[in-house]
Amino acid sequence: MIGFVVKRFVNYFILTAIATLLAYVLASLSLNPAQRYLGRNPQPSPEVVTSILNGLGVNPDIPVLERLWIWLSNLVTHGSLGITVDNQQVTDVIFARAGVSLRLLIIGSIIGAVLGVVFGVWGAVKQYRVSDQLVSYASFTVGATPTFVIGVVLMILATGLNGLTGHQLINFSGEYTAGLQGNFLVLFGDRINHLILPTITLSLTAAAGYSRYQRSAMLDVLSADYIRTARSKGMSRNSALVKHGVRIALIPMSTYFAYSFALLLTGATVVELVFSWHGMGEYLVHSVQQNDINGVAGSVMFASILVLIAGTLSEVVYAALDPRVRV
Amino acid sequence: MTEPLTITGKRAPAVTPVLEVDNLSVTFGRGANEVKAVRGVSYHVNPGEFLGIVGESGSGKSVSSMAVMGLLPSSARIRGSVRFQGRSLLECSDAELSGIRGKDISMIFQDPLSALTPVYTVGHQIAEGLLLHDKKLSRQGAAARAVELLKLVGIPSPERRAEAFPHEFSGGMRQRAMIAIAIANDPQLIIADEPTTALDVTIQAQILEVMQEAKEITGAAVVLITHDLGVVAGNADRIAVMYAGRLVETGGVDEVFHAPAMPYTIGLLRSMPSMASSQSRLVPLEGRPPSLAALPPGCPFAPRCPLVIDACREAEPALSGTEEHPTHQAACIRSSEITSGKLTRSEVFPRPAPVLEGAPAGTDGREVLSLKGLVRHFPLLKGAVFKRQIGTVRAVDGVSFELGSGQTLGLVGESGCGKSTTIMEILELAKPQQGQIRVNGVDVADLSKRDRLKMRRDIQVVFQDPMASIDPRLPVHDVIAEPLTVHGVSKKDQQRKVAEMMELVGLDPEMASRYPHEFSGGQRQRIGIARALVTDPKILVLDEPVSALDVSIQAGVINLLKDLQLQLGLSYVFVAHDLAVVHHIADHVAVMYLGRIVEYGTSDDVFSRPRHPYTQALISAVPIPDPALERTRVRVLLDGDLPSPTDDIPGCNFRSRCPLYQLLPEEQRLRCRDEDPSLRTVDDTSVACHYAEHDALIDTVAKR
Repeated sequence: MIGFVVKRFVNYFILTAIATLLAYVLASLSLNPAQRYLGRNPQPSPEVVTSILNGLGVNPDIPVLERLWIWLSNLVTHGSLGITVDNQQVTDVIFARAGVSLRLLIIGSIIGAVLGVVFGVWGAVKQYRVSDQLVSYASFTVGATPTFVIGVVLMILATGLNGLTGHQLINFSGEYTAGLQGNFLVLFGDRINHLILPTITLSLTAAAGYSRYQRSAMLDVLSADYIRTARSKGMSRNSALVKHGVRIALIPMSTYFAYSFALLLTGATVVELVFSWHGMGEYLVHSVQQNDINGVAGSVMFASILVLIAGTLSEVVYAALDPRVRV
Repeated sequence: MTEPLTITGKRAPAVTPVLEVDNLSVTFGRGANEVKAVRGVSYHVNPGEFLGIVGESGSGKSVSSMAVMGLLPSSARIRGSVRFQGRSLLECSDAELSGIRGKDISMIFQDPLSALTPVYTVGHQIAEGLLLHDKKLSRQGAAARAVELLKLVGIPSPERRAEAFPHEFSGGMRQRAMIAIAIANDPQLIIADEPTTALDVTIQAQILEVMQEAKEITGAAVVLITHDLGVVAGNADRIAVMYAGRLVETGGVDEVFHAPAMPYTIGLLRSMPSMASSQSRLVPLEGRPPSLAALPPGCPFAPRCPLVIDACREAEPALSGTEEHPTHQAACIRSSEITSGKLTRSEVFPRPAPVLEGAPAGTDGREVLSLKGLVRHFPLLKGAVFKRQIGTVRAVDGVSFELGSGQTLGLVGESGCGKSTTIMEILELAKPQQGQIRVNGVDVADLSKRDRLKMRRDIQVVFQDPMASIDPRLPVHDVIAEPLTVHGVSKKDQQRKVAEMMELVGLDPEMASRYPHEFSGGQRQRIGIARALVTDPKILVLDEPVSALDVSIQAGVINLLKDLQLQLGLSYVFVAHDLAVVHHIADHVAVMYLGRIVEYGTSDDVFSRPRHPYTQALISAVPIPDPALERTRVRVLLDGDLPSPTDDIPGCNFRSRCPLYQLLPEEQRLRCRDEDPSLRTVDDTSVACHYAEHDALIDTVAKR
């Protein structure tokens, strides 16, 4: 059992390393860090620009592989991901922003998964009934709508609601109200308030995808012989489905969870931008715009570590759900 | 509904039947897609009675029992009445039925592999059934009772096994666990739907014993649904035969087996290959069961019935008995002619005359295939990151045999004994791990790539499942012609050859453009045979060619194989677990156990005087479709399952299950433990047993 998880962890670790290295090389080849300084007034001298670039370790005159090696040795020896164009340690920026993103991502994906499972199972049990059709159409609609549209629509609805009640019921700009004074509860409540809309946006998209997969997994299980056995023991249809069906239908979903987590990450980038959250997604976009190679490589590494964790977690969940893979 | 009657035909002293099914009909779909799966079935089961319901696939036997349990999908429309202890089940709500299911009526399903939930322990699944119906029972109490039940159904070390998951159980053990679930709440009625179909004969015999025990312990009535007449012959009190959604004959087991009154039952009984007679031809039941979607008026069996008269096609006959045997009922307008002896049963389905006698055309009996010490071991790996070998699966462990031209070699044994691996090694035509394979006198290890391709024309294979082994998206012509394409035969020659082959296997060449799903199971297996024969092979490897077919269809395919052998001088390697079929078709038999041949000889010798205790047990496990014989004979039962082929057993590897070993005195056992028996000749057969001459087993069995 532990060997199984360790093996998968090693696999994911290798994938993470490859993803990060490729991201560094790709960013180095496609981004032009010198561009930042070209349009400046006064124009810095080429020597100054070169020395800045050298300081950042992104001088295009040095071969990519050599730069990669230096970056990698720094990472291994000092745990440093290099310096951003604003002269901050990339790791510091990531630590500052990770909490913001993770709060959104973890809550969003958990709610999304739970909703997806519930709606998927519901749809399968009520196959072709009105409620199943409704769930299906709803998930297709959400799935086909770009995340930012959902975000904006929610904002409009929230504004309408705020206007209707005359209070600022729902806040959706930033992750907290700047300058708000009060005790812990007030501040905590404020953060929760700001979380509502972005979380709904993320969970809706996630749930739409989940529910489709969960529905088909559950449909396979519905006709299984062991459900019939459970019924023949005297279980009612519902408890047989819940006790003997859902758990088995969840097994394939744990694998899907790992991949959808990665997809959720991209969704989160858009959500962060729409709701002006200063999280990792925003940082990635920002870094690309700033031609910040170290920033890009760092944020890709962050993302791939998340996938690594989600992947390993899904293996643990898989083994917990299915005794047949435990060795 | 007739009065409840006992088997003997006398009026019973007012016994209330446990189950009374009256005019039950089940329909699926609507309009043009309407399928009448069950059409007016009435039967009853008395307390403690054992009723066998027999029928081919699609006869409605399972659907009718699922209707009793109330487990059919909601799309099924059910009419008629089902009364359990006087209570009408069809009027019960699902919640009320849930109170009855598992408590008063329980069910055992066919495939124990899929019938248990894979993620819960076996003990948990048994305890669940107990807890559902006894709210006062504690979890510990239920778990303890589950262990008791596992012990009752003969699972060794039940405390430990209760903690195991279904995938850690063998097929036989899973079915035992299913029986434990079924008897958990002392039900009044147990419905067993093909409980032994997925199991080996030896395990089937064990499970039938356990079912009888379960019946005695609980005093429950049993309804056993099966397609195998042999399974019900020894156990059932009464038999009901189903055909096309209706009961066509019911009666006491002796009446139905010894004096069947419905031509279908006669045909079924006569089409079964018997262990007793080997060489006479089987009686095929031509045609196929009608489609239940569009039934023509009249008797549904009429198109296949040799006794059909015009009146048969007008109206469907009702189930009726005769004056002297009111309980023995048949749905046939000519049944009185049959019972009165005006029509003798052997004339209804006459045995077809053999096509040819004597040696097959163009054969001289010289060796076409020989194996010498064939070995195929698979390494067993363990470890997540670094694999290391922790054992060896000895799938084939030194197998030798010879096959003469025009001869048939039967390869028998339980599943997991290495039969399939052996034939796969032969078909691969490559150098084996150890040993030698010679085809037509040529060692296949020496073949060049081109010669190997050429040799593939000479050795072809027919697979077990004709549904799965034929590409459903190719028309039959392409399916049959495919081997020719591989060998580069021109399109024109292919067409001629395909037509010729279809004619040969008894298919209309006009049907070549149709797709496989338009054919019945038996026809599809004929397509499989045509595909194998299209390259004019000398050797045909038949991997369980009839085990997926219904009994009535099976006989036709076996007869065809025998005819083809005579016409074309083919040699067969016939792999099967059905010993009666092997006895019927094989000249020589090799019995395999754990990768080795334990007995080898001519079919007649091996089947009439089996020398190895394993062969004796195998043969004795085969149910005989004759209730009188079946009740009196004593079986050599094997304990437990086939050991894992990874185990390294010193001495004789059959020792752990050997019934003879149990009887031997200690000093003789020593030899079994220390010395691995090799094949030696005893009375013309080769046997791998130190005490093959020992008749202790046969004597004890006879005495018991």
